[in-house]
Amino acid sequence: MSLKLKDIVPQLITVIAVVLIFGFFTYNAQINMENRGIDFGYGFLSQESSFDVQFSLIEYDGSHSYFRAYLVGLLNTILVSVIGIIIATILGVIVGVARLSPNYLINKFAAFYVEFFRNIPLLLQIFFWYFAALRALPLPQDAEAIFGVFFLTIKGLYVPAFIWQNFSIFFYSLVAAVIAIIVIRIHAKKVQENQGKQIPVFFISLGLIFILPLLSFLIGGVKLSFEVPVLKQLATTSFIYEGGVSLPPELIALTLSLSLYTATFIAECVRAGIQGVGKGQKEAAASIGLTPNQVLKLVIMPQALRIIIPPTTNQYLNLTKNSSLAAAIAYPDLVLVFAGTALMQTGKAIEIVSITMFTYLTLSISISILMNWYNKRIAIQEK
Amino acid sequence: MSKINFLKPDRANLNTFLYLGSFLFLISFLDVFFNSFFNLNLTGFLPNFLSFVLPLILGFIGLYFIRIEYSGIKRLDLLNKHINTNNFNAVLSLLIIFVIIKSIPPILSWFVVDASFAGDSKDVCTGTGACWTYIKVWMRRFMYGMYPNAEQWRINLSFISLVLLGSVGYFATDKLKKYLTLYYVVIYPLIAFLFIFFFISGGPVFFDFSYGIIAAILSIIIGFFIPGRFKFYYFLIVPLALYIILKYFLFFEEYIELGKLDGLNWVETGAWGGLSLTFIISFFCLIFCFPIGMAFALGRRSGFPLIRYISVGFIEFWRGVPLITVLFMSAVMFPMFLPEDFFIDKLVRAIIAISLFEAAYVAEVIRGGLQALPRGQYEAAKSLGMGYWKMHIFVILPQALKLVIPGIANTFLALVKDTPLIFVVGLLEIVGMLNLAKTNPEWLGFAMEGYVFAAIIFWIICYAMSKYSYNLEQKYKTDR
Amino acid sequence: MFKYLKQLTSLVAMVAVLFTFTTESMAAKKSKTLKNTQKKGFVRCGVSQGLPGFSNADAAGNWTGVDVDVCRAVAAAVLGDANKVKFTPLSAKERFTALTSGEIDILSRNTTWTLSRDADIGLTFVGVNFYDGQGFMVRKSSGITSTGQFKDGISACTNIGTTTELNMRDFFNSKGIKYEPVAFEKADEVVAAYDAGRCDTYTTDKSGLAAQRTKMKNPDEHIVLPETISKEPLGPVVRQGDSVWEDIVRWSLNTMIEAEEYGITSANADMMKTSDNPAIKRLVGAEGELGAAFGLDNDWSLRIIKQVGNYGESYKRNIADTGILPDRGPNQLWTKGGILYVPPAR
Repeated sequence: MSLKLKDIVPQLITVIAVVLIFGFFTYNAQINMENRGIDFGYGFLSQESSFDVQFSLIEYDGSHSYFRAYLVGLLNTILVSVIGIIIATILGVIVGVARLSPNYLINKFAAFYVEFFRNIPLLLQIFFWYFAALRALPLPQDAEAIFGVFFLTIKGLYVPAFIWQNFSIFFYSLVAAVIAIIVIRIHAKKVQENQGKQIPVFFISLGLIFILPLLSFLIGGVKLSFEVPVLKQLATTSFIYEGGVSLPPELIALTLSLSLYTATFIAECVRAGIQGVGKGQKEAAASIGLTPNQVLKLVIMPQALRIIIPPTTNQYLNLTKNSSLAAAIAYPDLVLVFAGTALMQTGKAIEIVSITMFTYLTLSISISILMNWYNKRIAIQEK
Repeated sequence: MSKINFLKPDRANLNTFLYLGSFLFLISFLDVFFNSFFNLNLTGFLPNFLSFVLPLILGFIGLYFIRIEYSGIKRLDLLNKHINTNNFNAVLSLLIIFVIIKSIPPILSWFVVDASFAGDSKDVCTGTGACWTYIKVWMRRFMYGMYPNAEQWRINLSFISLVLLGSVGYFATDKLKKYLTLYYVVIYPLIAFLFIFFFISGGPVFFDFSYGIIAAILSIIIGFFIPGRFKFYYFLIVPLALYIILKYFLFFEEYIELGKLDGLNWVETGAWGGLSLTFIISFFCLIFCFPIGMAFALGRRSGFPLIRYISVGFIEFWRGVPLITVLFMSAVMFPMFLPEDFFIDKLVRAIIAISLFEAAYVAEVIRGGLQALPRGQYEAAKSLGMGYWKMHIFVILPQALKLVIPGIANTFLALVKDTPLIFVVGLLEIVGMLNLAKTNPEWLGFAMEGYVFAAIIFWIICYAMSKYSYNLEQKYKTDR
Repeated sequence: MFKYLKQLTSLVAMVAVLFTFTTESMAAKKSKTLKNTQKKGFVRCGVSQGLPGFSNADAAGNWTGVDVDVCRAVAAAVLGDANKVKFTPLSAKERFTALTSGEIDILSRNTTWTLSRDADIGLTFVGVNFYDGQGFMVRKSSGITSTGQFKDGISACTNIGTTTELNMRDFFNSKGIKYEPVAFEKADEVVAAYDAGRCDTYTTDKSGLAAQRTKMKNPDEHIVLPETISKEPLGPVVRQGDSVWEDIVRWSLNTMIEAEEYGITSANADMMKTSDNPAIKRLVGAEGELGAAFGLDNDWSLRIIKQVGNYGESYKRNIADTGILPDRGPNQLWTKGGILYVPPAR
């Protein structure tokens, strides 16, 4: 009896305390909202939002609902996170490998980069790029073309747009190529395990991914042309580029600072990962006659990845969460559109902040589940 | 490959290659150097593109010539080993050297040569360089925010005293060392709190709140000396009595207002700002997030499932949301959850929010340390008949904390870097003050100087912290 | 068993310590805001982060402007001293939550009175202290002289969380113009972005445009277009649920306007006590017991007029003399062709 009680009482106390605190908060919230005539409810999500957003991946204007505005913000957050993660990973791997380079200059240069960008608050970097660097860009009419087709101006970066004909055929051919590659890889693995024969998977894959889409151009009637941005005059001194794709400076500043900042951490993860693989592994692999490339691909990387993936996952999570700093500049992400404008227009503070937090929680959890799955896949499999 | 082998240096005609290589390398170097420092294009007679890449080509050939496996000349071997191992590395080395040479003059001229230092108005900033006058004029604002100029000695004095009090640990004799933990965990934070509360803010701000805290802390401290038998009754009566005494007798509001008593003007927290606010927030969050994080780390490893679930929920919740939304919640949502007249200051709310947020990270770091301890430690402690608390306080935590010191230092580093986010609740630390100054109509167009200034300050603080944590890591590595 | 009971009880005792100070204040009082204000000794007032003419702080931290004067009037009425105000600068985004969450007691921050704000989010508008309308500002060099010259692709800078954001959409939609909205949180950021050339036009209330223009690098390079695209009645706001406080703020504002109507100024207020006009005598507290309805003494309105002045004085001091909007336009008394018309104080 007494042993059981010993287990129950502390838990009971904790639960009661938690319930008391939450109850206290809920009770106050109810009283306050009643006093001030505020309704609680998520009904506003279906109401017309009646505000526009600068930049949206899906079709949206003020006649759509608040829920659609939420989706716009969410997609913008995901967009900036995905671009940021891709750039940060590429940059991080390069810098991480460079830090292990025997070349003194490269090594120090990489170290300088890491120490420099890592020790300055991200918000300051975002402000720097947005308010100091990008604000110093020329007006559209004064901008000089980069390679004749890109225009970097204070109103954003204008790049040529792809104009596709029969895009779906091209897309299907790409999908077909990817599926074929996956099938071949699985087959090659089987062949290697059963017969010890190696199939040059890499070259076959490379060929497939080029040839199949190419065929779609030659046979499928796919055509690609570019739409180059053209300067358009709005008024005597006010210009804009029309056609092509315009990337707002807010997006550029945010991706730039997020990836430069996160890349330093990824670089450290990569460095630690490669250093973590014992020297003996390398030497042993070389001594059984593997080429340096094979050593890297078959011995070092698989082991290093196991060390690299978990901390890198954390960095991906951080980048996604840090993208919320968009609210400081005018990039319309989830925090700015939903927890900013929508909150102000509806006044539904509790509902909107809770939805926003829940969304980020879901994003974080899905990234970590995805990476855990990948991590498990590459973990040592006992046969 | 063998075809170009005739160009490969060997020991036989080493000197020829060496002189030729060095000469070519020197030419390429000089070309870039003159181009960069004296704006003199030595190869201007060549077509544009060729003139641009010529130094690279010359330097590359030069480096190729002097690359030799072993020459016996010490410097040459060092050079080859460090920057000239193969073609690819040679190109990269050259590129880096040229980029450095190219970037020195513009940076130098912006920072120093063409910059304006003198004067105290915008008019002196006519050059192409930085306008450090701007920083000079706004310095007080960047350091102290809107804190009145005449009262700023209070902040300075507080910080100096706190630093001195904080360094007591270095001078403590062995005899006093055992009290250091108590000092740093209980007394020092309390002194710091009183300093900030009475000295920097100056007036009666959150009296009720502080009565509660003081009563609670005092009764806990005294509680240590109460015989176990009476503890129950003690905790039943004394805290409440202390609170009532404090509130209605000792600090009777209209009777004694500590701020006014000392002749200190009340400076509301809204006026605090600049770098000093960065320090205040970092300091308090640092103090608060540690115990909370420790509690949740223990909770997560607790044997009681309910406590474990609650801890896991807490940790994962805070780790899954961005700090900006947490601060947003503290600013927008939190006051709705409090009784109508019970108003918590913005700064306090921000500190609570950041502390809870960082506590989740600290909890994970400490959990790592707890997990790293061998099971034998737990078993040994249990076999001595220690209870849960005794075991953790005297055996487990001291060892675990030692293991995770670098991790905790990194979390604190992140905390310092996160402080600018308090702009969300309308508090302006140094970055916020920069943004305010930048839009001042009299000082438009100096955003760059401000950000560079803040970046330098933050860089120094964060770099020092990261180096310190790295040193600690090295130190404790050898200890094991 | 008993061991844990002891721990539990001591825990409850500790919690009780921390909570006592909250329960005491739960008791309902007639006007909690008034009571708290008198206890604290200052009025907590939310203002803008710097809009010349409405609420603007000088280098010494003194606030001036017509919005500021409303708060000062309330302080004069309630506390007897117009200087006992604590001003909290707020961005457009923060303002309503600051009010509903109890951080401030009056929001006097050029806030537009709309149905949804009044009815939906726990606010009550007490009146109008400035009749305004939304307009556009462009660079003079652009050659644009009317909104009819706007073309597809124009980018417009504005504030987050304002009616401006909504009106702008209505306007461009009705004209069928595609535009790029760029919304910043702080008014200063909006102005800086527009000034740097990030946007082609800057849109907000016309008074705001006129005021912000004075803060630009070269004010003469910018013009405000003549068109007005919306109605923007700006006025002070209080929290819903405290009708006494609401009345105090409303009648502090009304007193200022009515004082101008009867020609009572800060200079002649004392002399007006002996006026023949009973309406004037009521306003300066020489007749009737008007203050008693709010739980104030009878001199509350006299103090407002003496310490802050009437509406005309406030307007002249803050907006006309600073060159922001010399012409009072609709913000003239109804007797002089404007639309300022307040209920009588009796």
